[in-house]
Amino acid sequence: MRKNIIQNLGFFALFICMAITLIFLGSIIYFISVRGFKAISWEFLTKIPRLGMTEGGIAPAIAGTFYLTLGAILFALPLGIACAIYLCEYSPKGFIVNIIRISINNLAGVPSVVFGLFGLAVFVKFFGFGISILSGSLTLGILTLPLIISSAQEALLAVPQSIREASLSLGATRWETIKNIVLPTALPGILTGVILSVGRVAGETAPILFTAAAFYTRGYPKSIFSEVMALPYHIYALMTEGTHPDKQTVIAYGCSLILLFMVLMISGIAIFIRQKQRGIHG
Amino acid sequence: MDSKVKIKSENVNFFYGKTQALKNINLDIYDKQVTAIIGPSGCGKSTFIRLLNRMNELVPNTVLTGKIYLDGTDIFSPSVDAVEIRRQVGMVFQKPNPFPKNIFDNISYGLKVNGSKDRSFIEDKVEWSLKKAALWPEVKDRLHDSALRLSGGQQQRLCIARSLAVESKVILFDEPCASLDPISTAKIEELITELKKEYTIIIVTHNMQQAARVSDYTAFFLMGELIEFSKTQDIFTKPKDSKTEAYVTGRFG
Repeated sequence: MRKNIIQNLGFFALFICMAITLIFLGSIIYFISVRGFKAISWEFLTKIPRLGMTEGGIAPAIAGTFYLTLGAILFALPLGIACAIYLCEYSPKGFIVNIIRISINNLAGVPSVVFGLFGLAVFVKFFGFGISILSGSLTLGILTLPLIISSAQEALLAVPQSIREASLSLGATRWETIKNIVLPTALPGILTGVILSVGRVAGETAPILFTAAAFYTRGYPKSIFSEVMALPYHIYALMTEGTHPDKQTVIAYGCSLILLFMVLMISGIAIFIRQKQRGIHG
Repeated sequence: MDSKVKIKSENVNFFYGKTQALKNINLDIYDKQVTAIIGPSGCGKSTFIRLLNRMNELVPNTVLTGKIYLDGTDIFSPSVDAVEIRRQVGMVFQKPNPFPKNIFDNISYGLKVNGSKDRSFIEDKVEWSLKKAALWPEVKDRLHDSALRLSGGQQQRLCIARSLAVESKVILFDEPCASLDPISTAKIEELITELKKEYTIIIVTHNMQQAARVSDYTAFFLMGELIEFSKTQDIFTKPKDSKTEAYVTGRFG
């Protein structure tokens, strides 16, 4: 009897913790939606800002976030996958590889503002790319590399050793085995990781603060060397600068809602792909 | 029975790090015969056959001494390419391991990596190998279905067909029926008996009845040593070594 009471108390405590988490999550979405929804209109999504950010739309910021994310993935994806293949398939297993793996995992824990400063020093100044889409994309790419490498590694390690052996036993070389058997099998897992990191990249503010973002540009970026507006930074700027806090706050919530929507969409796609793959292989 | 020696193992020792897995193995495998390798778990059976297609060199920290000859050629000589040895010496694994591709591509893959490009040649060869592996009637109408949807026994025969397609002359079976039901097992055994007309077969098995049913010769391994090797009949009816007798009569193992 007493044991049952203890058990019920335990379950109740767990339920409360879960409920608190849900309340936080739900209220974030609720407040952002309620406050942001007022700002959303066709003009808001498709026009450039007017009157010192207090009127007009946020289209250049949406476009900027899109370009920066795309650039980061184009840079980090091939590099990350190649790195993961090398670590999983080619390098001799041992002490050094373990050190490299641990370093990569630690890199994932470096604060994003540190990546921002690194990008400023290396891409903006040293390579002379200036404050631009290119510098921002490269910085975001480096930030997301550890994430891509570790998810690609996980996907590669999940490929059963037995089908690698099957391929080798037919007279395939290790490279043929990787190219034709291992990579295609691991691809859905790799893509899932990539898409999740897209979500992360799209929302990052600190790395683009010094490398790419502008508070206001007169139109859309002209080339990869242009500075751009981006949603996360735009939100930050609206809330900290300017002269019409009342109007700007509404727009900031509108931007937040759009950003939240973009990131949720991306994660949704990742979850959908994973479920579909489970259906095939499970 | 006078048959020529296909594979010859001379004073083979093999180490995983400091652990010696094989001790001075001298064994002749006869051409177009089935040789069974029996022995308790961890006795070196699988290690031995994985030397024959140079699969063990993928495991780090291993050392091999001694020589293994395939048709008189030292397979570990520096001038010999492991990839070529593996094409000639096919392997069927303990658990069926088809590629996550369709049935047709499972077989054509080996042909493609070995340089075949001609579409009609590949199609003919796929059909020929599936027929040889006694799988053709069951899959001929669904060659483009995923191989993962086949039953375990069908998958195992697909893996056999895969080896046949690249014209392996020797096929190593590493406990091929360990995960199969009795009916599928019977089909694989029937197939092995059929294949030995043209192929040299080595089968590692835990199942003594299976060794007795399918093989012509049997080798008994214990703790990394080859205890006895002779005609299967003799191993089971008049073993020379008392350890062999104890094992085949089920007193340990």
